[in-house]
Amino acid sequence: MNLIVEREKGPLQELEARIAALRERGTGASGDAAVLEEKYRELLVDLFGNLTPWERVHMARHPKRPISDDYVAGFDQFDELHGDRHFRDDQALVGGFAKLRGRRVVYLAQQKGRDTKENIRRNFGMVSPEGYRKARRLMDLASRFGLPIVTLVDTSGADPGIASEERAQAEAIASCLVALSKATVPVVATIIGEGGSGGALAIALADSVIMAENAVYSVASPEGCAAILWGDAARAPEAAEHLKLTSADLLGFGIVDRIVSEPLGGAHRDAAGFVATVLDTIDDELRKLEDTPPAVLRERRYAKFRRIGAWERKNVSRLATALT
Amino acid sequence: MPMPDWLRRLREKDVPAEEAALWAKCPSCGEMLYKKDLEANLSVCTKCNYHFRMHAYDRINALVDGDFVEIGDEILPGDPLQWTDKRPYLQKLEADRIKSSLSEAVVTGFATLDGFPVALGVMDFNFRGGTMGTVVGERITNLLEEARRRKLPCIVFTASGGARMEEGMLALMQMAKTTQAVERFMADGNLYVTVLTDPTTGGVSASFAFQADIIIAEARASVGFAGRRVIEQTLRQKLPDNFQTAEFLLEKGHVDMVVGRAEVRDTLVRILDYAVDRKRVAPALKAVPEFALQ
Repeated sequence: MNLIVEREKGPLQELEARIAALRERGTGASGDAAVLEEKYRELLVDLFGNLTPWERVHMARHPKRPISDDYVAGFDQFDELHGDRHFRDDQALVGGFAKLRGRRVVYLAQQKGRDTKENIRRNFGMVSPEGYRKARRLMDLASRFGLPIVTLVDTSGADPGIASEERAQAEAIASCLVALSKATVPVVATIIGEGGSGGALAIALADSVIMAENAVYSVASPEGCAAILWGDAARAPEAAEHLKLTSADLLGFGIVDRIVSEPLGGAHRDAAGFVATVLDTIDDELRKLEDTPPAVLRERRYAKFRRIGAWERKNVSRLATALT
Repeated sequence: MPMPDWLRRLREKDVPAEEAALWAKCPSCGEMLYKKDLEANLSVCTKCNYHFRMHAYDRINALVDGDFVEIGDEILPGDPLQWTDKRPYLQKLEADRIKSSLSEAVVTGFATLDGFPVALGVMDFNFRGGTMGTVVGERITNLLEEARRRKLPCIVFTASGGARMEEGMLALMQMAKTTQAVERFMADGNLYVTVLTDPTTGGVSASFAFQADIIIAEARASVGFAGRRVIEQTLRQKLPDNFQTAEFLLEKGHVDMVVGRAEVRDTLVRILDYAVDRKRVAPALKAVPEFALQ
């Protein structure tokens, strides 16, 4: 059950219906509608103005939240390229040539489905080794032809099935990370919904990491984390607090470079507007990176991830002499 | 699949305390093993060949020619998320420091193997389940950078439950950081070898463990991305016994070889001998005794 969907029922839905009814009556009722709309805005602030991390997890999983193909629809052009050339075309990871705001790019995204049928085909956005190998292939292609890489992250995690283990899921993810480390072109990743652990990072080792305000990006799912720490998945809300998985937290750690604000109540309340803002932001980041020489780009990318962490250095005099 | 620690401890309770100090029970076949014999046999059961998990320093001692010069031991953990679950993270770290006699989940440094100078990293499951937090990431990165500077081959023994939850996303980002260091190191033509020991999973297997030129799995080690328990819970079915074992990985083509612990050192030396020109590493060889003086 989605907390946000539940909260959208009741008074909010009623108000929406009443406003719609008044609007239908035409101009004579517009004054009354405006009063209700003011009420509606107040209710939105009340319900969604101050979300907890756990509520944001539900926002990120909201069934109406824009998913990757909503973003692709806003590109100038997209030609999908299929398959890992070895085994299968994984529909949980979509990639290909694209044009965004006139710029040629290689597009890579985790793709969830809109309904059960599509979700089964897309494995709920959980990528298998074949998907990561397709991604790696397209990353290398991007470098060969000097095309920036644009990725959209939206996955609860890499597929944890038997078949994925048999085909070396770990190696597949590891090879994507290598491909992005080596990339001689700008890489811009956007966390649009769920950023689930290593399966998300595999396409997010980027020069610029953008994050939707209510997206989450986490080392483990709150449910999984709670199960491990307390043996009780029901303590997920608490785990969500601990994990520091919100966009504001991650901006503070330097893990995310830029946040795109969402409409009050979540991205789905103005999906078209939100998608356009995200695409403008990606375009802006690409523009900032486009003239950077590849060597400088790679050096900066190295330095960016090199400094993430929180260790302490205690002086050990023995080492000072040994390492000179 | 090795016996979980709690069960192992429970079983050990059968033995009186004074004897328990001298004996260890094999969790696989139940044989009582005289600890000195067990140590002499590299912590491998003399009866059934079960590989006990090995302490990082024991492993290093069994591997290197003489001296091991540790680097990176000045890099120590903080508590960036001010994490508390059942206990505060800082208390868990302190408890593990005492329990394991280690300052973190990986030991890094320089040594020689049959005269070959190498950079060596050894992870230890006894410290926070070998999880990768920012210290493991920093020490591994530091090791690869120092090895690259000296053009030394690098060997890393992995043992890890994955990314360390108590450091949240900072821990996950160590996958990116170590990968970049591996990539730079290898791009310069340096040899990188990993030895996957029991267990190697999650963020470590999906980064520097599976990015090596040569990947060796220690016999019977459990290796994979998703943990066995996670898969069983997700699929609600019991997995076959050999699933994610070293031997399974060899059959599926994920590793170059599976090697029993007794043969690991000689295997590494042979690989160094094939891949590394002794003349090329000669200057580095000279540099190592300078460290070893410490």
